[in-house]
Order: sequence, then C-alpha cells, then structure tokens
Amino acid sequence: MSEPDPTPWAEDTLTRRAQRGSEWFGLATLLGAGALILAIGMRLVTGALAAVAVVVLVGFVVALIVAAVAGGLEARRRLAPYGLLKPGTLFLVLFYLAPLFSLLRSSLSTLPSRFAVEAEFDWNFGNYGDAFSDFGAQFGRGFLYAGIATVLCVLIGYPLAYVIAFRSGRWRNLLLGLVVVPFFTSYLIRTIAWSSLLADAGPIAGSVRWLHLTGLLEAAQVMDNGRLINTPAAVIGGLTYNFLPFMILPIYVSLEKVSPALVDAAQDLYSSGFRAFRKVVLPLSIPGVFAGTLLTFIPAAGDFVNAEYLGNPNTTMIGNSIQDQFLVQNNVPLASAMSFVLMVIITVAVLIYTTFLGTEELT
Amino acid sequence: MTRAITARGRVGSWALNLVAVVGLVYLFVPIVWIVVFSFNRPNGRYNIVWQRFTLDNWLDPFADADLTDAFQRSLKIAAISTAVAVVLGSMIALALSRYRFRGLAGYNLFLVLPLTTPEVVLGSSLATLFIDWDVTRGFTTVVIAHIMFQVSFVALTVRARVRGFDWTLEQAAQDLGASPLVTFRRVTFPLILPGVLAAALLSFALSIDDFIITLFNAGSETTFPLYINGSFRVQFPPQANVLATVVLLVSVALMLFGVLRSIRRKATAR
Repeated sequence: MSEPDPTPWAEDTLTRRAQRGSEWFGLATLLGAGALILAIGMRLVTGALAAVAVVVLVGFVVALIVAAVAGGLEARRRLAPYGLLKPGTLFLVLFYLAPLFSLLRSSLSTLPSRFAVEAEFDWNFGNYGDAFSDFGAQFGRGFLYAGIATVLCVLIGYPLAYVIAFRSGRWRNLLLGLVVVPFFTSYLIRTIAWSSLLADAGPIAGSVRWLHLTGLLEAAQVMDNGRLINTPAAVIGGLTYNFLPFMILPIYVSLEKVSPALVDAAQDLYSSGFRAFRKVVLPLSIPGVFAGTLLTFIPAAGDFVNAEYLGNPNTTMIGNSIQDQFLVQNNVPLASAMSFVLMVIITVAVLIYTTFLGTEELT
Repeated sequence: MTRAITARGRVGSWALNLVAVVGLVYLFVPIVWIVVFSFNRPNGRYNIVWQRFTLDNWLDPFADADLTDAFQRSLKIAAISTAVAVVLGSMIALALSRYRFRGLAGYNLFLVLPLTTPEVVLGSSLATLFIDWDVTRGFTTVVIAHIMFQVSFVALTVRARVRGFDWTLEQAAQDLGASPLVTFRRVTFPLILPGVLAAALLSFALSIDDFIITLFNAGSETTFPLYINGSFRVQFPPQANVLATVVLLVSVALMLFGVLRSIRRKATAR
C-alpha cells in the first residue's frame, strides 16, 4: 500500500480515464460475482434461474481474465487485486455471509410439531420472545463471565506482555514462543486438564485444604461448599486461561513498537518510572489492549466448553443453550434466534469499537 | 530501560516480574498436566488420577482404534482445509498489501468479520445453510467450515508479515526482462514464503483443534476433539494425552525450525 501511484505524471487524461475504467470494471465484476453467489447461497434463485446465475458468474470471472490479458500491462496491474481477491472472497460470501441469512430465516421458522425435524419459514418472531424469556439468564451469564474473564486477562496479560517486551532481553523470543505454545495443545484436553486439577481429589483443592484456605476462598466466592470445581469461579478461570494468549500477543505487538528512547526521554525530564509508564507507554499500548479485549471477549461470550466441563447446571452460558437447543433438543429455530441475537449484540459492539480504532490492530 | 531504580520502583519491579511469572505458570500448568499424564497407567477408564509411571501409552499410542481413527480424520481434514485456505488467504493478503484499490477499507472490515464472530454463531449458521440446502453434514462440510475460518486468518497473518516489503523489487525483475511468472516464482514467492508457512502452521493447528464449529457441522463424523468430547462420559484414555503431546511437540519443532532458519538468514545476510 506504500507503493506510490505508478504514473503520477500521466499527462494523458485518456490513459487516466482508461485506468479508472479498468478499476471500476474490476470492482464491478467482484461485486457482481459476489452478489450472484450470495443469491445462489441464500436460495433466492433456484432451479433454472440458478443455472443462469452460475453461467453469469463464470462470465464475470472470464471477463476479468480476458480484460486483464487483452488490456496490457497497466490494465493488468489495475485488475490484479480484484482477480487475487475473487476466489477467497466468493468462498467467504458463500460460506460466511449466506449462512447468516440462513440463520436469520431459520430463526423465523416454526417446527410443525415437537418431533418434526424440518422447520417451516413463516415469519415466526416468537422464537425471539422465547430466546429472551427462557434464556435471559444464560445471555446475562455469558456476557458477565466473558466480561470478568476479559478484565482478568488484561490484569494478567498486560504485565506479562510488558515484561516480555521490555525486560526479557535475549529470552524474548523464547518467552514469546511459550505464550504461543498453548495454541498447539488441544483446547478441549486443556479444559479437561483444568477439571481434573480443580477436582475435589485434585492437587489444587488438596493444597487449599492443607493450607486451611477454604474459609477465605469461600468468602471470596471462589469456592462453593468447599469445592473449587463446578463453580462460577472455575468457569471464569477456565475462560481466562483459554483466551489469555489472545490478550498477550496484541498487547505485546503494540508495546514492541514503543521506543525505549521515549521512556528515557521522559525520565531525562525527571519523570518517575511509573509516571513515564502512565504518560508514555500506556497510551501507546492502548490499541493492543483494545484488540486483545475483542479477541478475548468475543470467543469467551460464545464459549460453551468451559461451562460444560468446569461449571454446574446453574453456570450455563448462552453458548451452552444454543448448542443444547440446536444439537440435542433439535429446536433449530430457537437455537438460531439465540445465535442471531448473540451475533447482533457482538457485531454492534465490534462496529462501535472499530469505528474508533480501525481494523488494522486486529491482526 | 537501563536506569537507576528507586527503592519504591524496585518493589514495583519485583511485583511486575512476579505477575509475569505467575501468568506463565498459569498458562503452563494444564500443558504440563497433559504431558505428565501421558505417562500414567490409569486405574480404570479415566486417566485423570495419577497412579504410576509407565511408557506403555507411548509404546502403543494407537491402542484405542476409534481414537486413532478420529485422529487420522482430523489430520486429513486439517491437511485439505489448510492447503485450500493458504492459497485463497495468501492471494487476498497479496492483493491487500501489494496494491491499492477501490473498496479497500470496506474489504478489510469484511475480512475481519469472520474472526470477530463467535464460533458458536459461525458453526450454527453454517449448519442452517447446509440444512437449507438439504446437504448431509459430514466430512466435506467440516472441511468447508474449516476453510471458512482459516481464510481470514491466513490472509491477516500473511498480510501482517509482508507489510512494509519493498515491492519495487518486482518491478526491477520485470525491467530486467523477467516474465510475470518468473517474477512471481523468483521474487514474490520467496518474499512471502515465511509468512505463508507460519500461517499454514497456525491454521493447521487451528483445524486439528477446532471443536465448536466442527460440532455443528460434523453430522455423525468424528474428529479428534469430537471423539474426546463424545466419549468423555465413558472414558478418557491416556492415548488422548499421547496424541495431544505429539501434536504439541511437532508444532513446537516446526516453530523452532522456522525461528532458527530466520536467525541463520539474518546472520548470513550480515
């Protein structure tokens, strides 16, 4: 993107117009093909019409290739990005965007009878009513637990990222590698590991009893009836654990960009270490914290593995309810409604976030 | 940060290091548990209470036929989906970092969306699509689901790695008479390769590990995580720990290999 305009001195307005023309052409074929595949995926066009749509779709692709081949070097340069984007984009449109429409339609459908498998679309908004009235508590817990886990991730992840960025010296790459290692170990088995570590007969509960900390931890609401496992704290602890690397890495990336010279400069101007941190380092690392917050909160809010393995029937989150209604109770319309609400709430939150911060920081 | 620290600062500094160490321990306790319990001889069907040390599980990692079957299927799914996603995602990354074009800002948002949608929504919405299409969910639908979440991931990872590259090298090659194909093979491809490999490794691991999206789209097909979840009510064999440890060791070895190579590159470049 840093590349300068290849012909800023193009005196010939005709060439310019041709360039702009090929740019619009590339964009039009991309959008056109995307719209067609979306319509096919959404089953807005079916049967013979779908066949026509496929033909037109292929036509768009062929037209782009022909234009690139026939148009010469400049046209090729202008059309190249659209050609490169096309396969991946069409895949995402068909298997990411179109499913969201299916989800919406499914959430407005009705199961003809309790044992029916196939739901019928009939603008049934009742599923949304049921979602809130029957599963309001699960929605609340989902966002509450995810929120607490996100805060804990910042509290643990920021110091850790800070130490890796500024204090680890030649151990920096090793420590970074250690933070990434959990990505390569099964998420499910790690959660099962926690469930056995926290179990009544497990080592952690054992040492708590040995140290006579039960009363203290019960007062802090970490333990419940002398148990560590099957408590809200265990679920939140599991969520914090599982998504901590997603917090550490973006914070580290933003801290890494902070020049130590800036901190030295602040201290040369008689700023204390903490003040230098608060005034210089912290503001510069805020984008990393925001990105980490999103990358932690979003998966945590929809998670059901931690609540299933570490919680009890009273700690189920919205993810558990969606999974249960969809795959166990076979009430796909109700599950779709809950899923759609979860998505809308999170998407709105993300859009508000990204309008302030841009999407660049999310990588 | 080479500066004389006051007494109060020293206490703060200690506290900071302490939190970091505790954080690392927290990250590693379950992983150590997984590795240690791969050497356990469990009493009964659950490998969750330490009994005594044995090498049997490692000598016979494929003792559980169903688990082995599920693990192989996971490897196959990961191989196919990663191969497709790496091609599609790298092309997007190249377009985004190499060119300026109309609609770039909107496209960035579109690309980030799949990663900012909870997995339970991705999984359930894709399942409703397949129900709509009357497609039986199984191997193919799992592969499609994995490609879907990998494409954005690969695109963003590769783009982050190639940001700031000197693309005029491509033009130099063409000025020297290289054809577009040769330019790609000799200039562009070697430039983006390290980023592509890193993205491939990570998205392969994401695929093997994926549980939530897979659960909604697998039908009666089982993968490694699905098998463990499904059989957890009746058993948890030590071979699960062995296979998880193998995945971990291979990934870490590949990661180290990549890091060492890049260090050697830098050393010889100097």
